[in-house]
Amino acid sequence: MTRETTIWTALFVCGAAFLAVRAATSERGVGQQFVVPVEVVGLYDAEKKEIVPHEINPTATYGDELRRSVRYDSALRGSPKVVFSLSRSIGVWVGALLTLCVFSYLYKDNVGYKLAESIIVGVSAGYWMVLSFWEVMVAKVLVKLSPDVARYAFLPDTPADAKADMWYLVPVVLGCLVFCRWVPKIAWLGRWPLAFVVGTTAGLKLILFLDADFVSQIRSTILPLIAFTTDATTKVRAFDWKQSVQNIVLVAGVLSSLTYFYFSVEHKGLVGRVSRAGVWVLMITFGASFALTVMGRITLLTMRLQFLFDDWLGLVRM
Amino acid sequence: MTPTLLDKLNSLDRRWIFLAMAFAVALPILLEIGSDETPSLPTKKLFDRIEELPAGSRILMAIDYDPNSAAELAPMSLAFTRHCCLRRHKIYFVTLWGTALPMIDVTIKEVVQAEFGSGDKPFRYGEDYVNLGYLPGEVVAISQLSSDIRKARSQDVRGASLDSLPVMKDVVSAQDMQLIVNASGGFPGAKEWVQYASTPHKIPLAAGCTGVQSTQMFPYYPDQLLGLVTGIRGANEYESMLGAKYPQFAVMSKRPASRRGGPQRWAHRLMIALIVLGNGIHLANRYRRGTP
Repeated sequence: MTRETTIWTALFVCGAAFLAVRAATSERGVGQQFVVPVEVVGLYDAEKKEIVPHEINPTATYGDELRRSVRYDSALRGSPKVVFSLSRSIGVWVGALLTLCVFSYLYKDNVGYKLAESIIVGVSAGYWMVLSFWEVMVAKVLVKLSPDVARYAFLPDTPADAKADMWYLVPVVLGCLVFCRWVPKIAWLGRWPLAFVVGTTAGLKLILFLDADFVSQIRSTILPLIAFTTDATTKVRAFDWKQSVQNIVLVAGVLSSLTYFYFSVEHKGLVGRVSRAGVWVLMITFGASFALTVMGRITLLTMRLQFLFDDWLGLVRM
Repeated sequence: MTPTLLDKLNSLDRRWIFLAMAFAVALPILLEIGSDETPSLPTKKLFDRIEELPAGSRILMAIDYDPNSAAELAPMSLAFTRHCCLRRHKIYFVTLWGTALPMIDVTIKEVVQAEFGSGDKPFRYGEDYVNLGYLPGEVVAISQLSSDIRKARSQDVRGASLDSLPVMKDVVSAQDMQLIVNASGGFPGAKEWVQYASTPHKIPLAAGCTGVQSTQMFPYYPDQLLGLVTGIRGANEYESMLGAKYPQFAVMSKRPASRRGGPQRWAHRLMIALIVLGNGIHLANRYRRGTP
């Protein structure tokens, strides 16, 4: 047995012993989830498709409108009427073990990490497939082309007065044309939907991008370098040095950064110095971006550790 | 020859740094160290706007993130929604991300139903809030939503016709909203809401975004974005303001971003120390080689 294997075996044994002791002695257990069944009684509002909470009046008759159901709320062990939830406990254990598998990559690549990676890829693909079927194929295509079939087969709540809109055949046909790429003789037909997507996206983006990211941004950069403010109560106009400095930095930063990307003039003399200042502005921006990225990653780590310490090990109460 | 301290530091295994970072984050969690933040102007502007809008104003809550960025954005969504409920605004939940549907469910369950679902004036589904669900089509969905909501979606997430819901009365498009609040985790997100809703239709828009996105979003503030909440720090600022104004929400159990502020602070201190140490090692190596 190598030294590394010995150390890891010892760590696993210690970890398992800790979990066993914790499960036996702690009030919350390890990864044990408890729920309280709450009976929900209400009257069904057919218009809103909602069950409105209602007090039961034993003398009244409600017919089919009265609905009874049971909701399971998370609860602490020892609370009145609390029951152990196997499904939620398995969920927490799976989540915790997969989190540890992902963390194990920091030591080195291993089977556990590969397993977690494969699970997330598989689950994501399955989730998107089901979602696309219901939200696009059914909700966007079938409901529009044949509301009666959609109501009968998939969505009973499709309005009875919904009418078919045959314009939706256009995207359906274009979508089917994409599969022509599998047949060499008619593969050229597969270019039509791509041309449609590229053309409409470019057209849509061009106008709105010009407005939001070009004209509006230029307008926002045209600022007074010497700013004044008027006091709301005394109506006295005074020099606002903070706003002035802010405006000068903003305008100088934009101009110097643009100069760096202006290659029609050689970057020498004044242009070279301004361009150099532009590089500094860009570097500061990249630095800020990197620091904020690190902040985001640390938050992710914090969230996972909170999950492990709270939901799984029960060491803290969030 | 015995290796010097500099030699040892030069060949330090990076896994020791990972371990140090794990301790820097884990210990504040175990010791339950949180933090408050002084509000920045972009965060304060969004808070003030929600505060100033008259009760019953319509707010489109666009939840565009998935579990990848939930650590930063979920606390924001909870705080925005809580604030809207406190001010009795009507909330319209929607998402352009298929994976965000559970995020909306969590927000509704934890805030709208758990905190405002009972009492004298409970928040009622269909009357005070609605979940419009997932709108496929990315930027095209924003365009449709901005021109005609019913073209983008004729039913809510439960399958009820939008026309049957009192909250949808007199609502034709996103232009009927007094404010759009977007929690953005990437594409499509805040940038697209600026390009396809706020700028062309002049709809007031505020955004909460991840730290990674914030340098791309700041150029839109304050002309195209009336407020901007960035990363977990921004969420912490918002929670601090909410706690100061409404003391019942000042407790740490209602402030997930503030609870993540403590570990964040200690991790940053460690990073600064490591950057100083790294530069010190670099300078020492140059001094040893005799190069200036």
